Amino acid sequence: MNTGATTTAPLAGHADDHHGGNYINCESGWKSWIFTLDHKRIGIMYLGAILFSFFLGGVFALLVRTELITPDRTIMSADDYNRMFTLHGAVMTFLFIIPGIPAALGNFILPLMLGAKDVALPRLNLASLHIYIIGAIMAVLSILLGGVDTGWTFYTPYSTTTNGAVIMVTMAVFVLGFSSIFTGLNFIVTVHKMRPAGMGWFRMPLMLWALYATAIIQVLATPVLAITVLLLVAERSLGIGIFDPALGGDPVLFQHFFWFYSHPAVYIMILPAMGIISELVAIYSRKAIFGYRAIAYSSIAIAIFSFLVWGHHMFVSGQSELATVIFSALTFSVSIPSAVKVFNWLSTMYKGSIKLETGMVYALAFIFLFGIGGLTGLFLATLATDVHLHDTYFIVAHFHYTMMGGTMIAFLAGIYHWWPKLFGRMYSQKWGNIGAVLVFVGFNATFFVQFIMGAKGMPRRYFNYPPEFEIYHQISTAGSYLLAVGLFVAAGVLIHSLIAGRKAPINPWGAATLEWQAASPPIHHNFDGPLVLTDPYDYSGLRWDEGEQGFVWKDRDKEPASS
Amino acid sequence: MSKAARETGYEGRSHVAHYFDTALQQYETHKLGLWIFLVTEILMFGGLFCAYAIYRARHPEIFMYAHTLLDKNLGAINTIVLLFSSFTMAWSVRAAMLGQRKLLVGLLAVTLLCGFGFLGIKAIEYNHKWQHGLLWGERFDYAALQDHGGGHGEELIVDEHAEEVIHHEAEEHGDSHTAEGAEVMAELDHDAEVALAHGHAPEDIPRNLHIFFGIYFVMTGLHGVHVIAGMILIGWLLRRAIRGDFGTRNYTAVDLGGLYWHLVDLVWIFLFPLLYLIH
Repeated sequence: MNTGATTTAPLAGHADDHHGGNYINCESGWKSWIFTLDHKRIGIMYLGAILFSFFLGGVFALLVRTELITPDRTIMSADDYNRMFTLHGAVMTFLFIIPGIPAALGNFILPLMLGAKDVALPRLNLASLHIYIIGAIMAVLSILLGGVDTGWTFYTPYSTTTNGAVIMVTMAVFVLGFSSIFTGLNFIVTVHKMRPAGMGWFRMPLMLWALYATAIIQVLATPVLAITVLLLVAERSLGIGIFDPALGGDPVLFQHFFWFYSHPAVYIMILPAMGIISELVAIYSRKAIFGYRAIAYSSIAIAIFSFLVWGHHMFVSGQSELATVIFSALTFSVSIPSAVKVFNWLSTMYKGSIKLETGMVYALAFIFLFGIGGLTGLFLATLATDVHLHDTYFIVAHFHYTMMGGTMIAFLAGIYHWWPKLFGRMYSQKWGNIGAVLVFVGFNATFFVQFIMGAKGMPRRYFNYPPEFEIYHQISTAGSYLLAVGLFVAAGVLIHSLIAGRKAPINPWGAATLEWQAASPPIHHNFDGPLVLTDPYDYSGLRWDEGEQGFVWKDRDKEPASS
Repeated sequence: MSKAARETGYEGRSHVAHYFDTALQQYETHKLGLWIFLVTEILMFGGLFCAYAIYRARHPEIFMYAHTLLDKNLGAINTIVLLFSSFTMAWSVRAAMLGQRKLLVGLLAVTLLCGFGFLGIKAIEYNHKWQHGLLWGERFDYAALQDHGGGHGEELIVDEHAEEVIHHEAEEHGDSHTAEGAEVMAELDHDAEVALAHGHAPEDIPRNLHIFFGIYFVMTGLHGVHVIAGMILIGWLLRRAIRGDFGTRNYTAVDLGGLYWHLVDLVWIFLFPLLYLIH
């Protein structure tokens, strides 16, 4: 906090003067939450809903893994197993990973990073939350209506012929799409119109670049999913015949439509995660980010490439050879902007004074796991190897390394990093790190063996398997239990901090972005005084203050760059 | 960005939300937001246009034949109705900007009436299709089409007869030379299928005609839903205009409602030639 500007206004750090006037306790009653327009409260409610979805999806995952301990029936029937992995995939994808970072953390952080009072369209933001909750209820209702056993991709013709609540779950996806579009639209408009004077595009924190690139994909790809699931619903309920070969339709067209959205959606998941890592690596290395522009442009490059590679999901679906070769080449090219990011993070850490705060431990885990996830993607982009690896556990391991090892780990990194800002409490770094190590070890135990069994030919989604795969499945299941324990430790550390954690300072990690100039937790209107707008990665102006137990701005007499 | 500047920015601007510095910033923000929303609408329809393009490229004969079953005149009238409503909508935005309240109310009312007119004409068209079984998927009534289509029907019957003859020949071949005959039969069967799928003269009824009507109903239906949404929006604007909410400094809502209505119009401008006026 620039306490040098004492003459102008009371400062954000002195929220105590306002008699506990932070965003959490400024109003009370459930209506003040459900109908709030405050982006912080909306973000917190999103966080709660998304963590609940993550818990549900995690329980489904553990049930799937438990079933696979033995080659035959272990705890459930084959039909229940099909419903279980479908639910796991649908809940994790549509309710957790896609909205996870943008809607929960992004909602909270983005206006603060811009030094703004709120997002540009707060009512749309609230609508997005309400729509998300309606969609989530519809998705859960589909379980009561008999469940869905199509897999989360709803491929035709199976999805138009199987029994079960396909219409309910696809309409849930349709509704959730609106929630995603509204969040993305809001973020684009906010970044364009709410930046403070002095923050040009290339002075934005990289998290904002990442959220912006994500929002572009959300806005451009999600409507195609909307029309795809509408066509699927029309196919199932009216029999319009567009995807039905018996009526002259083309089931592969559904795959094209579906992946035209769902492949960009993969980058909706990973881009904000990369944004978090770009922030954390610089902050915890106490060193300016290496290659700022390269990272910023690579986010946009990934957003553009993401629309050009959907065909790699159909290498074995009867796509023309020419299309297959082109999609393969384009898929390889995605690795360039991804690698640009990874090398820039590594270069940032080089000769930095790395502090192993819990956020950084998760960030390091991300770089390692994303590295494996990204490199194994090259095996799948190669046509000859993909024919062998397609629909095996190799691909299951690949996308879990990128989605879970990537996005989920970055989500945890972000939660641990911004936790003091979200709730104003510090947690135990030691136990936070223990949780992170458990998650890391458990994750690798679960999924690394899946690469091996996939390469040996174990197909995905199978209920029974030959006995030679038993040992791999058992290691994987044991790993998943360890992973669950790690996640409970991680959650426990945070819950404990709410009860017994010490009060967080304004800037515990010495970050230079604007959200760390608001009180912890911020007041209702975010900022109470003039802001010091500096280069977001220049930490030279900050020093540790023993009294505050946090970082303060050195140059107390410096005039704020923006007032 | 200073607090003082923000506070002065509020004076006399009750319609500016507290998190905006100026009315202009608010106006630009809302306008950008709506443009992005229109982009999502275009992409949503884009999926359908894509499906249209794929099926038309693969089965041009279906489209060439099926479009003759649509009523061009009603489609043209509807196009004129929507174009006129776009004109009154654009004019009402100008009226709002100039603070001409009575004119604004009148123009919005005309626009809304045009919306009802469009839906009414569309309902007549849908009703006609329904009665003649010109529907999607398995609901498509080929028998009714024979009555409806007159000359087309007879040729369909001739076609079926030809197919029978081919099968008959194939069976004869099969009797005399078993191994060779099976091969020939398969070949002939294939020929018959090809003949049915592709080999029609323009007068014949092609197979899978219902695909066209599946696409027709999904596209015009989704467009119809958008017309209804636009009419609800205009109704809301009309109510606010009557109440006197809009003035020379506050006309954003009319402006944005107008943009949305133009998009609805624009989609129809593409649908009309693609569905009704194929050559």
